Amino acid sequence: MKEFQGTSGLIFNEPLLWEKGKKGRRGFSMPRRDVVPSPVDEGLAGDGPDFPDLSEVDVVRHYTRLSQWNFGVDSGMYPLGSCTMKYTPKVNEREAALPGFAGAHPLLPPELSQGALELMYRLERYLAEITGMDAVTIQPAAGAHGELTGMLLIHAYHKSRGSHRSKIIVPDTAHGTNPASASLCGFNSVPVQSNEKGIISAEAVAAIMDEDTAGIMITNPNTLGLFEENIREIAEIVHSKGGLVYGDGANMNAVMGIVQMGKIGFDVMHLNLHKTFSTPHGGGGPGSGPVCVKNILEPFLPVPRIIKEGDEYRLSGEFPESIGKLQAFYGNFGVMIKACSYIISMGYEGLKRASQLAVLNANYIKENLKDSLYLPYNRPCMHECVFSDKFQEGEKITTLDIAKRLMDYGFHPPTIYFPLVVHGAMMIEPTETESKEDIDRFIKALKSIVAEAGKDSDLLKRAPTLPKVRRLDETAAARKPRLAG
Amino acid sequence: MKTHEWARDDGDSVKVGINDYAQDQLGDIVFVELPEVGATFEKGEEFGTLESVKAVSEIYMPVSGKVTAINEALTEAPELVNQEPYNDGWIIEVKPDDPDEVNTLMSSSDYLEMLKGEE
Repeated sequence: MKEFQGTSGLIFNEPLLWEKGKKGRRGFSMPRRDVVPSPVDEGLAGDGPDFPDLSEVDVVRHYTRLSQWNFGVDSGMYPLGSCTMKYTPKVNEREAALPGFAGAHPLLPPELSQGALELMYRLERYLAEITGMDAVTIQPAAGAHGELTGMLLIHAYHKSRGSHRSKIIVPDTAHGTNPASASLCGFNSVPVQSNEKGIISAEAVAAIMDEDTAGIMITNPNTLGLFEENIREIAEIVHSKGGLVYGDGANMNAVMGIVQMGKIGFDVMHLNLHKTFSTPHGGGGPGSGPVCVKNILEPFLPVPRIIKEGDEYRLSGEFPESIGKLQAFYGNFGVMIKACSYIISMGYEGLKRASQLAVLNANYIKENLKDSLYLPYNRPCMHECVFSDKFQEGEKITTLDIAKRLMDYGFHPPTIYFPLVVHGAMMIEPTETESKEDIDRFIKALKSIVAEAGKDSDLLKRAPTLPKVRRLDETAAARKPRLAG
Repeated sequence: MKTHEWARDDGDSVKVGINDYAQDQLGDIVFVELPEVGATFEKGEEFGTLESVKAVSEIYMPVSGKVTAINEALTEAPELVNQEPYNDGWIIEVKPDDPDEVNTLMSSSDYLEMLKGEE
């Protein structure tokens, strides 16, 4: 174990802030009062909030210690499949922290926000070029919000043609949020099963596509990490019946600069800037889920849209067919800055190289581990590979046990029990930012865990033992959640 | 479609639940979404969902009919589906449109044979 990164080094205990401090202690000095005191009317005043009394050092140590219990991309490899937890270069953080951007108020008029508007306008153009689409909105706050936007656009398109369609086809290898987004927009989602190769067959789509189906939602590459090879044929079938093709671009990290989604049949797609284009994520955001569309859907894009007149940028609401506004202000601007900085600093060749390495790394892991872990779809993958616990069934070792044990070796576990089409799935996405040495260590760790499973399965059942927190009782947490402290 | 519900003919009504194999595969069930009493469903239609620590699964009607009772105990104790899938872990009670439909379902011995084929 010594060569692995997991450690039993000193971990501080830390109580809740309310259990720290002392009445009257404070973290700052109030300036001397220079006005006459003017008490608030007693009818308006209530009891103050229950805040602990703390000094600055109490607070700094508290949060520093909590951060040391944590695991992030800055501390180690985080191969959480479908999440693209790649390292995000600090230069993008620096750009986002520039005072002109960070201090800008969203209510400033356009003439005082030209730089911010230009950045947003340029980002839209970059994303259009990368996806091969015609127009973009960067308003949606995250991926699922982008999906909902896409569904609203498809609905608006059909409505404008006097057609009311009620169904959306969603394959079982699409992201789990896809059917939810379709349902939220009022569509009935119709499942279609992937074939024995782990992808959708044109025949399966042809069998259910009809004049009441508004379109299809395809995640490409799909959640098995496989490229949907029949996409052109599927798009033709859907288009021939008047439907539209939606692309979930959450896995765009595999195909930047290689596939232009607009050229292979997609009419509308979303991107996850926080996954593919460099923003630290996990733990709830903020994210950004731009939606890219073909010309036929452009009139329906959300307002306000950023338009350029001469050398001036402004926000325009003059799009009568628009689906409307999606949220307050214009989206998560900080994420947009990081994405723009990332795209400019990487350049065309750099983005393409990132995708190539992401795919190479996943295939390297797949080939090195396929004798140790069962590989349900044994064929070249894209940016992630999916194993299962089938080889370990005899030892009564499950995917959960393997994932928990991986923490003791100093790695974040992969995504587990998803996609649902693979029983006991382990979905590994190394991303392009891991070095060969780190990937080799990861492979060695998993091989070592598989060997442990055969010899001393208790090691896995008890895992993790090295992190601050041991295995949590997920069942009790879900059945009897305690939502307050 | 092969699904994993059981149905028991109680004379006037049919009790419905999921079987032991299904509860074992799902793992610890943490939430059961039940239909309204009085709702009607076709055979094969989804009437509720089971949420386990691993996944969310739909539950399908074994026969067409009207829901006459739901197992309210599952709201507070979804673990009953794991512990007693055939008794206290029942999910709904149905008044079938066709009382004979329940006799057309797969028998438990055929079901066990089918599972052997799956493994």
